[in-house]
Amino acid sequence: MSLAVPGLKVGLSRDDLMMRAGVVVLAGVLLVMVGLPLWALLAKGFEDRDGKFIGLANYVSYFSTPALFQSALNSLQVASVTTVIVVPLAFVYAYALTRTVLPMRWLFQGISLIPIFAPSLLPGIALIYLFGTQGFFKALLGDGSIYGIDGIVIAQVFYCFPHATLILTTALATADARLYEAADVLGASRRRVFFTVTLPGAKYGLISAALVVFTLVMTDFGIAKVIGGNFNVLATDVYKKVIGQQDFSMGAVVGMVLLAPAALAFLVDRLVQRKQVALLTARAVPLVPRPKFARDLFFTLFCLLVSAAILAILGMAIWGSLIKYWPYNLGLTLDNYDFAKFDSNGWDSYWNSVRMALGAAVFGTVLMFTGAWLNEKTRGFGMMRGVVQLLAFLPMAVPGLVLGLGYIFFFNAPNNPLNFLYATMGILVLNTVAHFYTVGHLTATTALKQIDPEFEAVSASLKVPIWKTFVRVTAPICLPAILDIAIYLFVNAMTTVSSVIFLYAPDTKLASVAAVNIEEAGTTAAAAALCVVIVLTSAAVKAAHLIADRFLFARLQVWRRR
Amino acid sequence: MIDRTIFRRATLAGAAALAMFGLASPAFAQKTKLTVYTALENDQLDPFKKAFEADNPTIEIAWVRDSTGVVAAKLMAEKDNPRADIIWGLAASNVGLMASMGMLEPYTPAGATALNPMFLSGKSPQTWVGMDAYLSLVCFNTAEGKKGNKPVPTSWADLIKPEYKNSIVMPNPASSGTGYLTIAAWLQIMGEEAGWKYMDALHQNIAQYIHSGSAPCVQAAKGERLIGIGLDTRGASEKTKGAPLELVIPKEGLGWELEVTAIVKGTKNLDAAKKLADWAATKKANELYAKTYPIVAYPGVANTPPNYPPNLEKVMVKNDVEWMAKNRDRILAEWTKRYDGKSAPKAK
Repeated sequence: MSLAVPGLKVGLSRDDLMMRAGVVVLAGVLLVMVGLPLWALLAKGFEDRDGKFIGLANYVSYFSTPALFQSALNSLQVASVTTVIVVPLAFVYAYALTRTVLPMRWLFQGISLIPIFAPSLLPGIALIYLFGTQGFFKALLGDGSIYGIDGIVIAQVFYCFPHATLILTTALATADARLYEAADVLGASRRRVFFTVTLPGAKYGLISAALVVFTLVMTDFGIAKVIGGNFNVLATDVYKKVIGQQDFSMGAVVGMVLLAPAALAFLVDRLVQRKQVALLTARAVPLVPRPKFARDLFFTLFCLLVSAAILAILGMAIWGSLIKYWPYNLGLTLDNYDFAKFDSNGWDSYWNSVRMALGAAVFGTVLMFTGAWLNEKTRGFGMMRGVVQLLAFLPMAVPGLVLGLGYIFFFNAPNNPLNFLYATMGILVLNTVAHFYTVGHLTATTALKQIDPEFEAVSASLKVPIWKTFVRVTAPICLPAILDIAIYLFVNAMTTVSSVIFLYAPDTKLASVAAVNIEEAGTTAAAAALCVVIVLTSAAVKAAHLIADRFLFARLQVWRRR
Repeated sequence: MIDRTIFRRATLAGAAALAMFGLASPAFAQKTKLTVYTALENDQLDPFKKAFEADNPTIEIAWVRDSTGVVAAKLMAEKDNPRADIIWGLAASNVGLMASMGMLEPYTPAGATALNPMFLSGKSPQTWVGMDAYLSLVCFNTAEGKKGNKPVPTSWADLIKPEYKNSIVMPNPASSGTGYLTIAAWLQIMGEEAGWKYMDALHQNIAQYIHSGSAPCVQAAKGERLIGIGLDTRGASEKTKGAPLELVIPKEGLGWELEVTAIVKGTKNLDAAKKLADWAATKKANELYAKTYPIVAYPGVANTPPNYPPNLEKVMVKNDVEWMAKNRDRILAEWTKRYDGKSAPKAK
């Protein structure tokens, strides 16, 4: 079948058609995984409790409550303060990792990831042990209290730091050394180089990091619930409506309000992306930092300080998992690791988590990378690609419990042909991949943007089908990014709670959910113990990844060096 | 269209992954698998299951257990295609709402007439049947009390004294059923006007409204706070674990709520569900409940679990469960307006 008849207007090649069909399929898959379940819940916002359509009445009643503005202001305040603290902190840390010569760089890089490995319960427990009324460092807070905005911000900084660091490390790692050589030759001061070369080069990374941190804080309710005191935020409002009062209509209204920052993030991203094009060309030369004593010493000390803070929180949780009864009996014991005593599923829930995380890593990585590739490399077809991009951005802004309930409404509907998935491990995998879609999609897109489009052009002129180029060239080149996505999905699947808590069945209970249940039952030490096991599992997987990266895959990446 | 191979391959891989992780749980047919939704405590599940299955060897219980709010939300979200066969251990106020929405299969268990009438829905046939009552009381940390030289309170009225400024935690009624039954009890004993006035005064002493009914007594047990108003069973179990805790029964009386059993309409295992409903109303089952709860449905099965104050049934306030359900939205709106809007954590 050839469409391009010579002499007529240039038609679509076979590759183009195939790519477009792929984009349509992808849009369909995302619609099922994200769009329709979300709508299944958000549509309740226009119904009363009995399911009758009442237009905007719920919105009117919600917007006329003064508590809303307070919650919205509080959410904005926490999100802004956290962003303002995390982004510079992560920037300096990422700068140290990429632009200076650090002793044991890999170790600092590994430590910066620890917060991602931990369920959000862990910093909550650790902070109460450290700064609570009975805490070791209570005096440091003076008259303040950890319960409230201070506590939320500290816990959020811990939780968001790795996300920002990851993005900024990527942004700073891809500098063109030729710019710095030119600046050097022209005699520019270091200050000037920083402000005219380094900072603009990392602009996209900085904006992405800020957007990701901001939305993460806006939608997280776990931290605010455990340590928030009377400080109401939008995410805890959803919790109150949905869990406290089973009022899905009002829960849907707050959920919809929470989508606003995501919509904003989407627009900003589109604007910035448009300008980002072609900053990095195929002829760029990677920057390799040279040792400089004073600078390296400063950054090493900085990294030591940040790492110490992260390790203190983890260490406190480990110690907390080994004590008998905080704070009145500090004797040590291993009993808290005998999970069967605290939860009838015992260690089974841990193995369920591992199975689920592996499933999400395999299925999610294939979907996200193939999807990002289709969306990046398809020519034209702007409308459909925009739809995909929007669906890929949505999950970041959706609180887990909104997505989880949406999954019940959508997948459990009696007339849904997919309802055989309900109450299986499959739905947990699907839900987790959907929940964490945005970052995986962004990572894959970033990696694909770095590849010179010449590859496809050459393949096309050699009459190699584009999918062969994808399998033989594109995917192998992007292997580091692919592995990053897989690891990201694995560790998040190990810790996720808010969405899957509605979806597990008797035989598919997850460790992260079990930890929350155990904590609610008052056995904080056992909950800490289960969190520690989760952290160690993810850390082991990451360590295996780093070793594999070093010895197996380095060969594939030789082309990147000078 | 050979070029579609790649997509077919990707779809196949995805399907294979789903199948691998989704369908890996083989069903051993013979027994009837009964899906039981519950908010019972974790450590109660095993003994309950074993005792029931010993008497009913053809039925196997599969638990779906989470906190009251999550289980109730899940049940209501699944309304159009129910997954649960039966509810065993969920708050009466939640189950009552489901009854009014037509989500339950009315059934009067065989032994229902033997039960204390207070524990029955009053409908014929019964929509739900009570198992036990739980109460909202005051947990006082004696170690911290001694340090701060604070006396043990004996009444709700004591709690508004200035010496307890910022040292009390209670559940947020908008997110916790225990919180709601606590304030509903105040409004019923004191009358609405005096009740709100009391809460205005108490608000000055509240350090935090927590999103959970069990957390306040846990926080008091761990010395995070001096006083927690909350779930009785949690206070007792923390004390058993070694917390320096005194469970105070305010002399004005206590608010309470029932845990109940109810069959879900549309269950495919109606016979097995009825067997469980029957069993849940037996004396034997009530003896099990009594290991954790001081007050159960079967008259005469009295037991005081470790560290419980005795004779609790005498201090339960006259509680109109209907009134609680009918006025819930109005009371919560008023409460939220008065106390929840104030966001800033108070300086200590």
